[in-house]
Amino acid sequence: MEILYLLVPLSVTLVFVIAVVFWYALKSGQFDDLEGPAYRILMDDDAPASTAGRPNGDFDLDQK
Amino acid sequence: MNSQANTYNYTVVRQFAIMTVVWGAVGMLVGVIAAAQLIWPDLTHGISWLSYGRLRPLHTNAVIFAFGGSGLFATSYYVVQRTCHVRLFSDRLAAFTFWGWTAVIVLAVITLPLGYTTSKEYAELEWPVDILIALVWVAYAIVFFGTIVKRKTPHIYVANWFFGGYILTIALLHLVNSAELPVSFTGWKSYSAYAGSQDAMVQWWYGHNAVGFFLTAGFLGMMYYFVPKQAGRPVYSYRLSVVHFWALVFTYMWAGPHHLHYTALPDWTQSIGMVFSLILLAPSWGGMINGIMTLSGAWYKLRTDPILKFLIVALSFYGMSTFEGPMMSVKTVNALSHYTEWTIGHVHAGALGWVAMITIGSIYYLIPRLFGRTEMYSTGLITLHFWISTIGVVLYIAAMWIAGVTQGLMWRAINSDGTLTYSFVEAVKAMYPFYGIRLLGGMLFLGGMLIMVYNVVKTIAGHKAVDAPIPAVAGAHA
Repeated sequence: MEILYLLVPLSVTLVFVIAVVFWYALKSGQFDDLEGPAYRILMDDDAPASTAGRPNGDFDLDQK
Repeated sequence: MNSQANTYNYTVVRQFAIMTVVWGAVGMLVGVIAAAQLIWPDLTHGISWLSYGRLRPLHTNAVIFAFGGSGLFATSYYVVQRTCHVRLFSDRLAAFTFWGWTAVIVLAVITLPLGYTTSKEYAELEWPVDILIALVWVAYAIVFFGTIVKRKTPHIYVANWFFGGYILTIALLHLVNSAELPVSFTGWKSYSAYAGSQDAMVQWWYGHNAVGFFLTAGFLGMMYYFVPKQAGRPVYSYRLSVVHFWALVFTYMWAGPHHLHYTALPDWTQSIGMVFSLILLAPSWGGMINGIMTLSGAWYKLRTDPILKFLIVALSFYGMSTFEGPMMSVKTVNALSHYTEWTIGHVHAGALGWVAMITIGSIYYLIPRLFGRTEMYSTGLITLHFWISTIGVVLYIAAMWIAGVTQGLMWRAINSDGTLTYSFVEAVKAMYPFYGIRLLGGMLFLGGMLIMVYNVVKTIAGHKAVDAPIPAVAGAHA
């Protein structure tokens, strides 16, 4: 099974690459706010222009 | 600044969204024909182009890469623009991904029935098409990550992490698994760079990670955007969604060998595959619960909103198949389930229940917005689509579960003198009623898809394509 000499190092390398990306994202503050981003996509009104000004559907903030 | 710079690129989103619906109907039709061929093997009168062996890979390629792939392109392009508040990185490259991907699918529709195949499951397309796929994928990565880089919002929304993970991993998987040597540069035939059990290992390293990253991570990206948007509520726990992503990408790569239990693969490799498959249950269920609980406090919306029904039932099937999968990877269970119809049932719980339903829900969300309408032509027809396809999936997977267990038990039944109780053909004969129920389930699901085609046509008819403006205050929030 020589192929494992390719696949195992490849998968291990990948784990390290993912770890570096995670570390970088963490350091650059991507995960500093783990509440706001969830609300922010709802504030982006993507309804067609004819209904602009109205928040997306029946958006409710009662959970906040 | 021209007007283009102030709007989102909805053109490519529209193209992919419409083709998702078209390829969905085509791919499912081929699936229904293949299911009928299992009941009536002579259905296509021995015409080689329409034989089961050639239609089956056409079905899988059409539903996974044409339907699912187009759905992923459409939603990822939409989500990355809306959450980053910028137009796509390059309109030309984005257009190339659409026409290139469509060319790949058309080539598949031609070459697979003609019998050109590498014979590697879910990677059947021959080397010239493989090269085109690689080019399209590189362009896709440039467009997607380019958009992320020039984003106007400091935060990268979690859905984009899932989309990004899926794009990068598929590139790697495709390059490694499709390494092949053409017999000649003027013909279609090629041979894999690997041989025998080595090839099998690479194939299922690819195969399972394609399930993990194409059919799971990609569609989770869809889920984390469209479920909160349609429900009008933030995702239950944003923190959990971030944990979901990292846990999934850290552990998924190792599960492939569970497809090769009790084969020439070294035993320890099989065991690693099994252990990691079991570990995967944790992040998968975390994500499923996170998605469903988004509706917490707003469950009433499920009563009236069929799009939400699609999205939430999709999550239930995601939970079901990510429980079933780890169980089937347990060697003792696998000894019974492997090579039986149970596997087909499992795949379709994921493919119809999860992938198709989350895609259908997301496309129903997108279509009106892409054509300047507030909602689809008929909400009643979406409700009808929902029920007809749910009944279809349930019939399909229940039939395949019973068929699979029956088959497995018949194969292993042994008389007291050590001879087999049943001949192989007896097990085949026992499948007839279940194949019938499966065909019915498939036809219902296809019927639902045709209703969707009608609803989409009526929604678009007489309405102009609309490109939404990019909000001026983009990025004002830190």
